[in-house]
Amino acid sequence: MLRLATWKIASILALIVCAALLIVPSFLDAETVASLESRLPSWIPVRPIVLGLDLQGGAHLLMEVDTPSVIKSQVESLRDDVRGKLREGKISISGGIAMQPRGVLVRIADSAERARALGLLQSLNQSVGGALSGATGHTIDVADTGDGAIQLTLTEAATTDKIHRAVTQSIEVLNRRLNGSGTKETNVQQQGLDRVLIEVPGLQDTTELKKLVGTTAKLEFRLVADAGVAPGDFDTLPQQQGGTIPVEKRVMVAGEDLVDAQPGFDQRTGEPDVSFRFNLRGGQKFGQVTSDNVGRPFAIVLDNVVISAPRILGPITGGTGQITGNFTVEQANNLAVLLRAGALPAKLTTVEERTVGPGLGQDSIDAGKRAALVGGGLVVVYMLTTYGVFGVFADLALGVHILFIFASMALLGATLTLPGIAGIVFTIGMAVDSNVLIYERIREEAHMGRSVVSSLDAGFNRAFATIIDSNVTMFVAAVILYLFGSGAVRGFAVSLGLGILTSVITAVTMTRMMIALWYRRGRPTVLPI
Amino acid sequence: MKLLRLAPENTQLGFMRLRRLSYPLSAALSIISVVLFFTVGMNFGIDFAGGTQVELRAKAGAADIASLRSKGESLGLGPVEAQRSGAESDVTLRLNVQPGGEAGQSAAVAKLRDAFGEAYDFRSVEAVGPRVSGELVQSGTLGVVIAILAVLTYLWFRFEWQFAVGAIIGTMHDLLLTVGFFSVTQLEFNQTSIAAILTIVGYSLNETVVVLDRIREVMRKYKKLSTAEIVDKSVNAVLPRTIMTATTVFLALLALFFLGGHVIRSFSAAMIWGIFVATYSSIFICSPMLIYLGVRADTFDKNVEPKAEAGVKVKA
Repeated sequence: MLRLATWKIASILALIVCAALLIVPSFLDAETVASLESRLPSWIPVRPIVLGLDLQGGAHLLMEVDTPSVIKSQVESLRDDVRGKLREGKISISGGIAMQPRGVLVRIADSAERARALGLLQSLNQSVGGALSGATGHTIDVADTGDGAIQLTLTEAATTDKIHRAVTQSIEVLNRRLNGSGTKETNVQQQGLDRVLIEVPGLQDTTELKKLVGTTAKLEFRLVADAGVAPGDFDTLPQQQGGTIPVEKRVMVAGEDLVDAQPGFDQRTGEPDVSFRFNLRGGQKFGQVTSDNVGRPFAIVLDNVVISAPRILGPITGGTGQITGNFTVEQANNLAVLLRAGALPAKLTTVEERTVGPGLGQDSIDAGKRAALVGGGLVVVYMLTTYGVFGVFADLALGVHILFIFASMALLGATLTLPGIAGIVFTIGMAVDSNVLIYERIREEAHMGRSVVSSLDAGFNRAFATIIDSNVTMFVAAVILYLFGSGAVRGFAVSLGLGILTSVITAVTMTRMMIALWYRRGRPTVLPI
Repeated sequence: MKLLRLAPENTQLGFMRLRRLSYPLSAALSIISVVLFFTVGMNFGIDFAGGTQVELRAKAGAADIASLRSKGESLGLGPVEAQRSGAESDVTLRLNVQPGGEAGQSAAVAKLRDAFGEAYDFRSVEAVGPRVSGELVQSGTLGVVIAILAVLTYLWFRFEWQFAVGAIIGTMHDLLLTVGFFSVTQLEFNQTSIAAILTIVGYSLNETVVVLDRIREVMRKYKKLSTAEIVDKSVNAVLPRTIMTATTVFLALLALFFLGGHVIRSFSAAMIWGIFVATYSSIFICSPMLIYLGVRADTFDKNVEPKAEAGVKVKA
């Protein structure tokens, strides 16, 4: 108990100083932090504690990739692949290729042909090496059904990989869109297999945001169908200004071939429009089609709605063009952002939305502060009145415990949420438990007639096992809560978990140190508790 | 300085005798909790029930709840629940899950903004689709179950199996009574309530471990005493600590309940209840359980032998 190496004291003090320095950036304004960061070496973490959206205000959108449509398009492309392969091998099929929810079925009457087809179709099977999605294996199962047909089924691995890629691609597109629209500090990240979480600090009304992220933005240039076109070759699409219009199924040029889009104004009418530029391939295709179809109207189709259907006045070979469609300036701006960022691979739907205004956030911060101060104050006074000078030690340890929680949060870049503040207040009550266990044990030992120093020694040693056991159970609860909780509740788990760790360290190590120093100074013969 | 002692010292209270009282009482309360859960049910928040909840603050004066409700109902979004939250000017509106899947939720939010945006500030908006809420229920339940299993395994390794069983029965008891608490008070049950429940589980086990730790120590020391005597001795020995810690945690939670704002009030209330229940169960439920499970002073001498044998000996 009395042996106390100077280096131990020194390292504890050094740790406290480091912790204090770590939380300094949290009290500075953003500019000072930025200038500090640029001047200090990069290994020094100059990070203020991040406040959760529930405290700083902002919007949180959870979007889900439309999995059925991803799978459907995957089945469609499988059908096209099958058709291509069979055509390649000159194998005739009886009655087309039947689409199923997760695969296709081809009937081939002749058994020799069928065997040959089976071999050909096997070559469609590829290996999936989605290291990120964790899906491995091959893409399709090809099997002879035994009754004159071949069944091709997409494997779980193939669809998982496809969905994963759709999500990754969506995140890229969304990042481009959000940055393009000037929204600051947005955070877009994958959540689970098929979801994307978008967080925008400071945003209140999500109507615009949802429009920006919820639009697929699939742009196509298609010819308006002539009267003589076969019914299977055209779609009847709605027009933006009302009504419908028949449009050929064949896509002349698609949005993938766009390299730029800018909002502007029509030179003749002065109306807002969007001018775009194709890449080389798109420009050539567009030039070809417009030269071949002078005089015919073509439709500019965005997400299956015809925005406008101007007549081709002459070949457009420069690879540039304008889209007009009775836009407002804002609509033209948004359309340009959407076209520049590219189309989403699948539709995204909002499955969860949470926004907190800055007023409520500030109220929560204030309330949390008040509760922490009053709760902490009550605990401090109570410990003081119960344990006297030992209470002072416990209170000092408690102070360091709180300092350590915030410092480790800053170091780890953890987010402080309102439940997180609640967690800290709870650990304030809980942190002194280790002190209480030690002190009560010391008292007990003293009552049994031990000397002061041997009571102190026995108290610390015997209480230690109990402290570890009891805190492990609490820590397990915190870890599980972190793994299974979401959003703000994770913040609670973080502060609870960190709080348990730091409280064990401060209550055991620091209290021991302080009591040892206290004993060495006065060599008291009676315990003050 | 005269120090304050809330807990009497060197007590010789016969806690174990009280088990004839505490067991029927706890059994009754647990059954009532289960019955209440299935009849009255908990007031599930939108995290688990799905739906839309907005917090409004009147731009001027007090909020007119009656007109908010009637105007809300006229939007064709189903029943609208309007409740004062905190100050006079603050109201919470809640809608059920809207038809039309996840997109329906978004549409409802837009309608509310149109209808009330002029006279009210939207302090917070939450819309949770049916699928997400279903998943939250699943992960919440799974989390609680896994936490209990994980801690059970830890206790099994650190103590005898009887201790783990005793701890788990105590924890179940606390869980049931907390569910009962939510059913009776109709406090909103949301994600932070799951956090509260897991923390109560943690606290309850923490309390139990402290008592069990002492029981194990006393058993090794006093081999001649009966189990009931040992448990009584141990509970009395740790009683000052139990009361001290329950008080400090209670003080911290009290501050949270009164000053922490309405957003986490139901969390704080559940935790306060949990602290009481956990303290009670560690003394009156878990510890006496050891008597029934046949832990005896010589259990710890048999550490080298297979555990099953220790159990057999007790029965003999």
